[in-house]
Amino acid sequence: MLVTGVARPLGGRFVRRIQRDPQVDRVVAVDAVPPEHHLGGADFVRADIRQPTIGRVLAETGADTVVHMDVTATALGSGSRTTVKETNVIGTMQLLGACQKSPTVKRLVVKSSTTVYGSAPRDPGVFTETTPPKSLPSGGFAKDIVEVEGYVRGFARRRPDVAVCVLRFANILGPSADTPLASYFALPVLPTVFGYDPRLQFVHEDDVIEVLRIASHEPERGTLNSGTFNIAGDGVLLLSQCSRRLGRPTVPLLLPAVTWAGTLVRTLGMTDFSPEQIRLLTHGRVVDTTQMRETLGFTPKYTTAETFADFVRSRGPGLLPPEALAGAVDRIAALPLAGGGHPPTQSAN
Amino acid sequence: MADAKVIPFDDDRSRGGGVQRPSRRRGALGRRRSGEPVPVREAPEAGGDVQPLPTAAGAPDDVPVTSEPPEDKPDAGDGGLERRIASGLAFLRRRLTGDYEVDDFGYDEELTDQVLMSLLRPMYEKYFRVEVKGVENIPAEGGALIVANHSGTLPLDGLMMQVAVHDHHPAGRHLRLLAADLVFVLPVVNELARKLGHTLACAEDAERLLAQGELVGVMPEGFKGIGKPFSERYKLQRFGRGGFVSTALRQGVPIVPCSIVGAEEIYPMIGNAKTLARLLGFPYFPLTPTFPWLGPLGAIPLPTKWTIQFGEPIPTDGYPPEAAEDPMLMFNLTDQVREQIQHTLYKLLVQRRSVFF
Repeated sequence: MLVTGVARPLGGRFVRRIQRDPQVDRVVAVDAVPPEHHLGGADFVRADIRQPTIGRVLAETGADTVVHMDVTATALGSGSRTTVKETNVIGTMQLLGACQKSPTVKRLVVKSSTTVYGSAPRDPGVFTETTPPKSLPSGGFAKDIVEVEGYVRGFARRRPDVAVCVLRFANILGPSADTPLASYFALPVLPTVFGYDPRLQFVHEDDVIEVLRIASHEPERGTLNSGTFNIAGDGVLLLSQCSRRLGRPTVPLLLPAVTWAGTLVRTLGMTDFSPEQIRLLTHGRVVDTTQMRETLGFTPKYTTAETFADFVRSRGPGLLPPEALAGAVDRIAALPLAGGGHPPTQSAN
Repeated sequence: MADAKVIPFDDDRSRGGGVQRPSRRRGALGRRRSGEPVPVREAPEAGGDVQPLPTAAGAPDDVPVTSEPPEDKPDAGDGGLERRIASGLAFLRRRLTGDYEVDDFGYDEELTDQVLMSLLRPMYEKYFRVEVKGVENIPAEGGALIVANHSGTLPLDGLMMQVAVHDHHPAGRHLRLLAADLVFVLPVVNELARKLGHTLACAEDAERLLAQGELVGVMPEGFKGIGKPFSERYKLQRFGRGGFVSTALRQGVPIVPCSIVGAEEIYPMIGNAKTLARLLGFPYFPLTPTFPWLGPLGAIPLPTKWTIQFGEPIPTDGYPPEAAEDPMLMFNLTDQVREQIQHTLYKLLVQRRSVFF
């Protein structure tokens, strides 16, 4: 088995986990930079998937399963957006080219993202795997993903003997997640877009590892693990709910101001507050996971709310911890005569 | 159909209909509006000639202030008050800590029931004095598609229909409305619409909600209905391409036609500033006798008297699965629904005594 993108914590975790499976003889871990974490007993090969060397690595190892996890929104360390885009798009092209020439490859798993659907007010409330996106950003990670999936579809057409599984993950959160959304939630005060309360869906790291594992083995009886699947935890959280559960106050800004501030922050290189991130935090995105349950036979351990709770536990308390607010309300309730009481309208927002 | 337009405003008939009305409502109105002048009866071919609303100035003041649900008032004894404070605080606690649930479409049932409905109810009960008929035609369980006429420049009719179903249906069903994409573009509006359980009017969302056994409300006239001039009031526009029929057919849910009378006159649209509308990206920009001339004051709707009638459900489960692709059947069913709504509209207009009472 060959795994790309192992220098990231998620890739490292997957490599460590997959070696415990009896069906796996050998794991070859590939990345352009050596990982900081250990990879268990896996063989690390330092190769840049943007270079044709990846074809030689694949031919020499004779891997039958390729797990492509090097499709990411943010750079590792101090890489620029150009590097990320090249790794996503050119890297995928090189890897697929290598796979196409390799006679041994029987299975390809690609880590994709629900970003592929975009996020627009004209979109249906819930995306299924077949929903065409109404509008896509002209650049950024969303465009990378669309292109990557396009190449993967082309590969699947040319090599029908290879089982291709594209997993579209919702926003990945967890104690060690390093996604853009996780860094957004780490801000002391959350800037939000005034007048919008997006619906968000999360998937827990543990579930990500588990579903990648299911996809990279032979399918269980009665399930099928080739095709495209949305992967997300059950349920939906609104951004307002997230901020309250996290205990971080929000600052509603007008949409043009948010876009401008996002550009400014990006130019200064503080966080990657990309356009598609702003669109997600404006309109939100919810995907349908029926295919994941019924065809892939996977049920996530964590719901969206539980994923977020786990994420909150791993972070320190914010400026307005929910426990403190609940305690304050309880104290008011404990007063012998709460004068007048609170009409429910006060907390409308 | 053109001559039918005259019928509703026939004096003798409308008076006859008025006699049979229950006296309860008239009494209640008399109490509230004693001293107000008798409303001007609309002339037959009124067209753009709208009375300049002698009663509008006084009435609107009491609309947004009444934030307490009216049914709480009778039991406001000591125990009731304490219980209300306790439940209010529990609610406040849940809201502040984010400990509440929303569904996939962002529908916040708790917020809708406790807050948003209480805000809409005064408008529903006191301002438009909505009378609901035939609510038993809505099935108590399972999916159903409610198809209504659309009018009034601003989509207040949809909101009032939602309150009507919420407050009057014996099974306490919640109506999930399908809204135009413009709703989800506008800030604040989209947030409230999502929390009220509305979603985009598209086949995917409608089918998903119906498959979940929800009650879905749709107004197939769309902008053509809501933005039509006052002279064309109560004339149903084209029902889109009949997409709602194929959605109902595919899910095998009944179609409940719904006729709303009274919404047409809340903002009598006598003109349409098309250039301004294009500039702002709206489908129309209404000019009424008061808007935009009186500024925000002109945006207060006229206090018309509303009737919402739910008609006999039209079953769709007897058709074969491929029926949803049959354009002829589509057109026939669409016409049937449209005719039924139009017919009921005329019937209700004949029974109506006046626009405001």
